[in-house]
Amino acid sequence: MTLLSYVIDKKEYYLEIVNVELNGAEILIRFLKDEGVEHVFGYPGGAVLYIYDELFKQEEVKHILVRHEQGATHAADGYARSTGKPGVVLVTSGPGATNAVTGIATAYMDSIPMVIITGQVNTWAIGSDAFQEVDAVGITRPCVKHNFLVKDVKDLAETLKKAFYVATTGRPGPVVVDVPKDVTIATTEYVFPETVEMRSYNPVVKGHPKQIKKAAELLLAAKRPMIYSGGGVILGEGSKELIDFTRALGAPITNTLMGLGAYPATDDQFIGMLGMHGTYEANMAMHECDVLISVGARFDDRVVGKIEQFCPDATIIHIDIDPASISKSVVVDVPIVGDVATVLTDMIALVKEGKSGQDENALKAWWNQITEWRGMNCLNYDRHSALIKPQFAIEKLYEVTHGDAYVASDVGQHQMWAAQFYKFDEPRRWINSGGLGTMGFGLPAAIGVQLAHPDATVACVTGDASIQMCIQELSTALQYNTPVKIISLNNRYMGMVRQWQEFFYESRYSQSYMETIPDFVKLTESYGHVGMRIEKPEDLEGAMKEAFAMKDRLVFMDIITDQTENVYPMIAAGKGHHEMHLSPERELA
Amino acid sequence: MRHIISVLLENESGALSRVAGLFSARGYNIESLTVAPTEDGSLSRMTLVTEGSEQIIEQITKQLNKLVDVVKLLDLTEGAHIEREMMLIKVTAEGVDAREEIKRLIDIFRGRIIDVTDVTYTLELTGTGSKLDAFIEALGNTTILETVRSGVSGIARGAKSLHV
Repeated sequence: MTLLSYVIDKKEYYLEIVNVELNGAEILIRFLKDEGVEHVFGYPGGAVLYIYDELFKQEEVKHILVRHEQGATHAADGYARSTGKPGVVLVTSGPGATNAVTGIATAYMDSIPMVIITGQVNTWAIGSDAFQEVDAVGITRPCVKHNFLVKDVKDLAETLKKAFYVATTGRPGPVVVDVPKDVTIATTEYVFPETVEMRSYNPVVKGHPKQIKKAAELLLAAKRPMIYSGGGVILGEGSKELIDFTRALGAPITNTLMGLGAYPATDDQFIGMLGMHGTYEANMAMHECDVLISVGARFDDRVVGKIEQFCPDATIIHIDIDPASISKSVVVDVPIVGDVATVLTDMIALVKEGKSGQDENALKAWWNQITEWRGMNCLNYDRHSALIKPQFAIEKLYEVTHGDAYVASDVGQHQMWAAQFYKFDEPRRWINSGGLGTMGFGLPAAIGVQLAHPDATVACVTGDASIQMCIQELSTALQYNTPVKIISLNNRYMGMVRQWQEFFYESRYSQSYMETIPDFVKLTESYGHVGMRIEKPEDLEGAMKEAFAMKDRLVFMDIITDQTENVYPMIAAGKGHHEMHLSPERELA
Repeated sequence: MRHIISVLLENESGALSRVAGLFSARGYNIESLTVAPTEDGSLSRMTLVTEGSEQIIEQITKQLNKLVDVVKLLDLTEGAHIEREMMLIKVTAEGVDAREEIKRLIDIFRGRIIDVTDVTYTLELTGTGSKLDAFIEALGNTTILETVRSGVSGIARGAKSLHV
């Protein structure tokens, strides 16, 4: 019921409107406003025209028109990763939904909160192979946290509320809401559902006190303790607690690819990323530690390598909000199910309490060992090359941006170099597709990040292959004035594919070389942006400074790099952490 | 080891395919699966028979619990339980001797003949899976025209119950 009052000729009139009925499209947009959604990334089409018509009539919810639905999902994803708020996507039925699937799967693998609204054909046409019909709920089922088909407009608001609730709580993830066209025009009363209750969904937050106590005791008694933290710390806003915990314990810490920034990379206790392309010191410390605590990491195969050889001497503690992540691949000794920030808070108190019982000499010896490993200087590369080394380009990027940029990455060698050489000191700065490894992610994700942080410096580290997978979003970037700086390491190869072919397929470079690639400078210019090509190491710093000085322009830096460079260190798939290749000249084990 | 997992799930379209999809996507075995609404129309009860190592069964129960539509579950194999399966089986029954023999056999197994023609019997039998297997074995040379098995349903013994 709504009560309107208005005054005509100094006389006050009341108008009582009972049961204001809104149609589904109005409800959807009203709901997004009430839920606090500011940006929706999307692309219109037949099934969602009523919704787009409602979008047109208001200004609070800003729609970002992408050039391909994949771009919408990655942009919403970048927005979500850099803010912690759910990314919202609106696409049409059929091809709109299928184009979105890659981005949905990308978000799913990295547990990113997103709500994707897909249009659907009329309810009465579902199952008839109607024009632009696909079973969106069926297609997305294996790559969403949950999904819904709304068959009745009366369920729309509540379903949307559930979608946001499920997407953002517990272990986050994408949720699809499939809305048939006739539901968007059917009417009902709208009340914003303030709360939601689902008997079948109750994520655990608080860790079990006994388990936490056991873990703290093990860590304090350890001679060679080690902390291995992942993306869960960022998703769970547990960075501060992780720093306090690590400092209290005095142990070395490594981050996964997804966890970079959760602990400051420039801090002394940080020993680099671990895993397939992790540092020598991080991987050796994993191999040699006697107590390992994993915080919000999921023992991914790129991190673990050979399961039988993973941390062979260690008692393993694992904090995770998702019980199914615990003992999925590596069986752990002390599982703790709970929110990382909450569990760490409990653990910090216990560690501080028992600190005096720690074996200081053992810890000192452990750090001496780590210092020795650090002395291997495993990330060293040829700094006197006449060609631009990709590592050099990332180092320059770090310097020029004072380590203060948001860096969205594509997938491949450049991604690994960015992870190794850009020292992230804060969470939510490193935006990359770690789990699914989606080429084409970088540019649209960077656009999403820039929209969320209009005044921030945003770089997109990419390569000549990845950038071509969502290059159309250059047009979106112009329309919404997102002055992203694209750092494209151009080696004409799919570099990571080439590297594996060199190592494991006797240098048979099957289809990994692109004989034709566009002139990226002209291409960028035709999209209305600034393009630069840099071919000499000595020109790079100046050009980069110039690019970043253009605060309101997107600049595409086409950096011609050494084609033969490989990512080191490297652990071949299925090998142990101690079996690293450091460089062609420095083979180990 | 063989496990019987009982699941209470939201009686919603798509809930069954989420469970089935989970098993195929993660490569778990399903020996049998039965599902029907309970006395509370908003809930379905599912009985899943699966096989795997302790670690795999642990993953299966965790992954099932993670599905938003799953309200509660119980691994019946962890405690004393009762399992039952129903079978309808149509056999040829020609000649007095053969008809007598089949009738005797189904009596021994405490089953029933539920449909009769000049040349066939349709039999109904309830029990554990292995009892049904044993009956099929015992039919020997009798020609089986059709076998329909319901899949296993299970319930915990004693006062223990799976409910919301």
